[in-house]
Formats: sequence, C-alpha cells, structure tokens
Amino acid sequence: MLVLSGLLVVVLGFALRLNPLLVVTAAGIVTGLAGGLGLVKTLATLGHAFTESRYVAIVWLVLPVIGLLERAGLRERARELVTGIRAATAGRVLLAYLALRQATAALGLVSLGGHPQMVRPLIAPMAEGAAERDVPGLDDTTRQEIRAHAAAVDNIGVFFGEDIFIAIGSILLIKGVMEQAGITVLPTRLAIWAIPTAIAAFVIHGARLLRLDRRLLRRAVGPS
Amino acid sequence: MITVEFLYRLMGILTGAAAVINLRDRANPTRVANALFWGLWTISFLAGTWLPDLANGVLILAMVAVVTLRGGKASSGESTTRAERFESAKRFGNRLFLPALAIPAFTLLANATIGRITLGGIPLVDAKEVTLVSLGIATVLALVIAMLMLRPPLAAPLGEARRLLDSVGWAAMLPQLLAALGAVFAAAGVGTVVSTLAARWIPGGAPLLSVSAYTIGMALLTMLMGNAFAAFPVMTLGIGIPLLINGLHGSPTIIAAIGMLSGFCGTLMTPMAANFNIVPVALLELPDRYAVIRVQVPTALMLLAVNTLLMYTLAFPR
Repeated sequence: MLVLSGLLVVVLGFALRLNPLLVVTAAGIVTGLAGGLGLVKTLATLGHAFTESRYVAIVWLVLPVIGLLERAGLRERARELVTGIRAATAGRVLLAYLALRQATAALGLVSLGGHPQMVRPLIAPMAEGAAERDVPGLDDTTRQEIRAHAAAVDNIGVFFGEDIFIAIGSILLIKGVMEQAGITVLPTRLAIWAIPTAIAAFVIHGARLLRLDRRLLRRAVGPS
Repeated sequence: MITVEFLYRLMGILTGAAAVINLRDRANPTRVANALFWGLWTISFLAGTWLPDLANGVLILAMVAVVTLRGGKASSGESTTRAERFESAKRFGNRLFLPALAIPAFTLLANATIGRITLGGIPLVDAKEVTLVSLGIATVLALVIAMLMLRPPLAAPLGEARRLLDSVGWAAMLPQLLAALGAVFAAAGVGTVVSTLAARWIPGGAPLLSVSAYTIGMALLTMLMGNAFAAFPVMTLGIGIPLLINGLHGSPTIIAAIGMLSGFCGTLMTPMAANFNIVPVALLELPDRYAVIRVQVPTALMLLAVNTLLMYTLAFPR
C-alpha cells in the first residue's frame, strides 16, 4: 500500500502546478523510500533507470536540421504554400494530416510524424497560415488553440492508427502479457479489433476539426 | 558496429554546445542556469554509461535543483529577421521541404536495410537498436543535405539547436525522467499493489459495470503512470482476465485490443505523458502548460465511451 504514495505525489504535484521535473523526481524518491530501498539505493535506482532511458532523448537529434531550415524560412514557406490554396482551411489542413498520420501509422510507418520534425516546422504554420488568411486580425487565443490542435492531431493520429499494424510495440506487449496468463492471442486478430476504434477516432476528431473551421469562419464574417 | 552509444555522443555534442554557447551569451540573463542544465545533461550523455548509478542519480538531483531554483528558461532570439526568412523562403521555394521530408524518408530506408548489413560476419547494428540508429543516421544525412543546399555559416546548426533547446527548456528532459520513474515504479512493485487492490474492490457480475471498470481503470491508471504500456498488465491481470475473460467468458482478443486503446484515451489526458502532451506545448511556445491536453480531452472522453460500448457489445457471447 505504502508504495502507492508516489502516485499521490504525482497527482498533488501536477494539481498544484509545481515544476514537473521536481514532481517526478520527488515521486521517484518517495516510491523508493516507501518500498524500503533507503535513500542511497533509491537514488542509484533512479540514476540507473535515467541512464538506461537516454534513448528517449534521441528525438532531439533532429533539432540542428530543423533549426537550420527554420532559419532559412521553412515555416514561412509552409505558411505561404497553404495560403495559396483557397480550399485549405485550418480545420481541413489538420484533418488531412490526421488522415495521413493515421494511415501511415497503420502501415507501421510511425516515424512519419512527430512534434519536433513535422508539427512545429510544417503543420502548425500551415494551419495557422490558413486561419490568418480566412480570419483577418486573428486573436492570440485562437492562434494558440490552433497550434494546440496541430499537436493533438499528431497524437491522435498515431495512437489510433498504430495498433492496426501487427508488429507495433503495443500489440507485441498485449501478446506477451496474455501469454504469461496462459491465453494465446494472435497479432493479426488484435490488429483487426483496433479498426472500429480507429474509425471512431477519425470520425469524432474529424468532426471536431470541421467544427473548429465553422467557428473560425463565423468570426471572419463579423462579430455577432 | 554502430550502437546507441554513438547517438549519445552526438546528443552530448548537441547539449554541450548549447551549454557553451549559453555561457558565452552575455545578453541572456539566465545564461549560467541554462549552461549548467545543458552541461549536466551532457555529462549524462557522454559519461553516463561509466559513472556509478549513484552519481547518475545525483546528476538528476542537480539538474532538478537548477531548474527549480533558477527557472532557467529564456529563449534566445531568432538568428535571422522575419524579412530575411521571407527572402530566403522565396529563393529556395519548395526545396526547403526536401531536408525536412528526408528525415522520415531516410529513417524508413535505414530501418529496412541496416539490420541486414554485416561487416565480416558482424552485424553493423544490433537488431534491438535498428529503429534508434536509423533515426540517428537519417538526421545526420538530412543535416548534410541542408548544409549543402543552404550553405549557412558552419556553426549555424549548433547555434540553431541551442536556440530550439533553450525554447523547449526543461521539458526536453522530462520524457527521459518519466521513463526512469516508470522503472522505479516497477522495481517497487506499484503495479502488483494496484492490481491486487483492483481485483479486491471491483465486484464481478454486471457486464456493463465490469467492462466500464476495466476501460475507465485503464484510462485512469494510464493517466497516473503516464503510459498505457505500464497500465495494461496491471489492469488486465487485475480486472480484465479474472472478471471479463474468466468470469463473463468474453473474447480475450477483443478485450485486450480495446483495453489497450482505452489506455491510449488516458494518454491523451495526462501531463505524465510528457513527450506527447508537454513537450509540444514548449515546442509551439504556448503559454498554457495544459493547452494540448485541453484540446484532446473531449475527443479522449468520447472515444473512451465508444471503446466501452464497443467492448460491451462485441466481446461477449449472446
């Protein structure tokens, strides 16, 4: 029971809006102490796990290229490209990316996307550029909401696309856990049963994106 | 043989450069704090493998202390003006997309090929590390293309990387720290305790109730642990298998598949899934730390309801 105190630290820390690094480190130390590891052993466990998890940070290796391209006007170009296409509204740009991200993830191509390499330099400026064209004097709150939507589309697309691919980590994990409990499940069947949710995700989120468009357009017509 | 250790060296160069450039930037009021933070992370990348575990743990404490005490986040300005970027965008046109799209293209290509290459009988890359090494190779190749095409000053890539790292700030390190927390949770047996509690407190019987307990439980535990992968074994062994599969004779395949996807609904709603929900907030320079989560919550809740109904109607014999 006591080892759950780490989870309590997480909930309280985030609710109080403390710095996440502080919250997570505190949760780790509290959990280790509650588990009877002692301070030194806890720190060592945390340090070992942190070092073993350095691969998580590898995504940042794209920053020099992305930064270089931004310096040369990549975001401006992405914005311009979309502004030239009248039919490309903010919502539709995001909807198209949702479809692309979901479809490619379903084929196992999960690396075709991501926030540092796709959303920041390309998708967010495109959606923002389209909204700027359609809504003169776009306010900051709406601009930020569109950016947040650009990040969300990347997440939703990959989460509810990848499980249709049979060799993805989560499918293999499911198979492993079930096998340990003596139940055999086939990856191909698991992948098939991910399809209904994938369709629902596209319909639900797609509808929300089109509603975002209607809201933007209403604002463009004039204050009511 | 190319290993992830090689990629850690590259990361060390990146964060090391960010530290040095910050230290020399007298215009930045938090230059020392920034330099300390990136410098400490550099030690982890370059020497983490050889340092004792305790030293690595102390390294974390030092980084957290720097962030907590000094804030240490001030993005340095853009290196080119808006007008210069428009000018450059006009000159290069759509060719600018080339290096950006080269990253995923080369990643896929490398992913499909490097696993098969052997040099004198020794594989070029460890099979477990193919995905990571592919991404590393792809970014280096894309950088070469961008350098040849744009011909910027030689120091520009590191300067730009520093600008972006500073604007992301501490959030850059959060996903790695969370992965470490997950390992500590596992070592302390958090999952086993939750699983036992769930099995004891959730009553069997009414199908819709049991299904909801499983799907909502998956989402909630994922929110707490930040990761559906960590929540899945716990909830499936605690509720899914005893109540839904053994008790109500549901289809294991459908229950497991939709159970995992219910966890993903939780991932959309938690700051603990930092690489998906907090890092983009920093990357897109949004003032509200929970901006991305806010946008995702309606979709996540509707989808969780859909998952619950799907499992209830599809998984059980009538």
